[in-house]
Amino acid sequence: MVVLALDGLEVYYGEIHALKRVALEVQSGEIVALLGNNGAGKTTTLKTISGLLAPRQGTVSFETRPLTGVPPHEVVARGIAHVPEGRRIFNRLTVRENLLMGAYLRRDAGIADDLERVFALFPRLQERITQVAGTLSGGEQQMLAIGRALMARPRLLLLDEPSMGLAPVLVEQIFATIAEVNRQGTTILLVEQNAAMALSIAHRGYVLETGTVVLSGTAAALGENAEVRRAYLGE
Amino acid sequence: MDLELLVGIFPQVLLDGILLGFMYALIALGYTMVYGVLEFINFAHSEIFIVGAFVGVEILLGLKSAGVLDSVPWVLVLLLILVAGMLASGVLAVSVERIAYRPLRHAPRLIPLISAIGVSFFLQDAIRLFESIWRNAFNLVYPTLDVLNHRYDLTATVDVPLKSLVVIVAALLMLWGLWALVNRTKIGTAIRAVAEDQAAASLMGINVNRIISLTFLIGGAMGGAAGVLFGVQYGLINPYTGFIPGLKAFTAAVLGGIGNIPGAMVGGLVLGLLEAFAASYLSLLTGGAFGAEYKDIFAFSALILILIFRPKGLLGEVVRERA
Repeated sequence: MVVLALDGLEVYYGEIHALKRVALEVQSGEIVALLGNNGAGKTTTLKTISGLLAPRQGTVSFETRPLTGVPPHEVVARGIAHVPEGRRIFNRLTVRENLLMGAYLRRDAGIADDLERVFALFPRLQERITQVAGTLSGGEQQMLAIGRALMARPRLLLLDEPSMGLAPVLVEQIFATIAEVNRQGTTILLVEQNAAMALSIAHRGYVLETGTVVLSGTAAALGENAEVRRAYLGE
Repeated sequence: MDLELLVGIFPQVLLDGILLGFMYALIALGYTMVYGVLEFINFAHSEIFIVGAFVGVEILLGLKSAGVLDSVPWVLVLLLILVAGMLASGVLAVSVERIAYRPLRHAPRLIPLISAIGVSFFLQDAIRLFESIWRNAFNLVYPTLDVLNHRYDLTATVDVPLKSLVVIVAALLMLWGLWALVNRTKIGTAIRAVAEDQAAASLMGINVNRIISLTFLIGGAMGGAAGVLFGVQYGLINPYTGFIPGLKAFTAAVLGGIGNIPGAMVGGLVLGLLEAFAASYLSLLTGGAFGAEYKDIFAFSALILILIFRPKGLLGEVVRERA
């Protein structure tokens, strides 16, 4: 079942044409990787889905309902959580407060259980629960950003460059956790410059170049594609 | 120099300084709340403050002309004017943000500042116009509640009127309540989240505009309460009365570390005490060469010195942030 569909998206930053006729689909239960170089439009695509940017043309739909033009705070209520580029955790709030802000819209009794679930995925966060988030290391901040998004109990998780600025061993750890979150039932759209890492956990992928989708396919097929290997896998 | 006199007036001056300090602290909350969230100085806050004082005086005058002012218990009267003043100023502050600041949210920083100064002038003259038509006068005097003027002797030379105690207790309660709201509740955490990163806060499902309105509501309500207490304490108000206390309270907010609630209290107290001591002692210590009217020089010199040595204010943020 298609949960997320983008069709004919045209997005501008002022006069800069950032996305051109972008179309992509994410199926329920998938990890879909969105690959491409700096400035290819990956972050722009995620921002358009979560409502931080409004497309000039085209549509976004989620679980059969239109999502185009819905403001960010309502997109979360629909079941989409966005871990933005650069993590954007609240530096002056404690780890616990950050996680509770992730559950801001929830009124149900399951918040405590989900806190436990996040701590099971990221035990380091539990150790630092009363610490002010600005004092965490880069890897811990990335864990917090993902944990915070999971607190919304999203059906679709948008991840923007989870490997950015992290040591290789941490990157492996974070990606293993992302795969685990997916196994637990969350659909994931993953933006990543580290194509090898992304393709290792993704089911399918799309390649963006200067705002246009130029390639798509299964992760295995993309990994074997000569063009992808040359441009993104450093061969 | 009369040493005995200098020592003798000390407790009374201290008390006056504390009282003035709490008054500044309450007004400063409005500046500091809004600055904390928007990094914007709401220069119309001094008028939002004085509107609270006018609402209070109108109710008191209304009760007085109805002949019931002295038959209603003073605590009820006080609560009534406080709540009414807070409500009026809070709603006014929210409206001002919607009309004069929100459309300019993404304009260069100087533009909303100029808009705020415009709102300040507009409100001053709107109050003047209204009172001139309604009462044929815009210099108004708070009717005295006799009970509130009752003075308690602390020592042989120091006494304190009930109204001053009311001001101090009310200010402490409001400062504590606001601190608890911001630091101990979910909505308060959301306010701090919006203050730090509006886009990230919106991704949490926080309606940023609603939180900004709430911030103006709370800051305005605190200003309105301060206005009512100002009227009860000092008695005489006119549409331009808010300007100087507003400026001083802004100074207090910066002194304590703008955006910081305990900072507003510390800044207010430091400024109030400096002013009270300068006003009482300058003339005595200099043999009359410097009169009490030089007190503001001391208050603002303190501001300049603190900003030179602690640019973020006395309680300015010391949180270390990693990139």
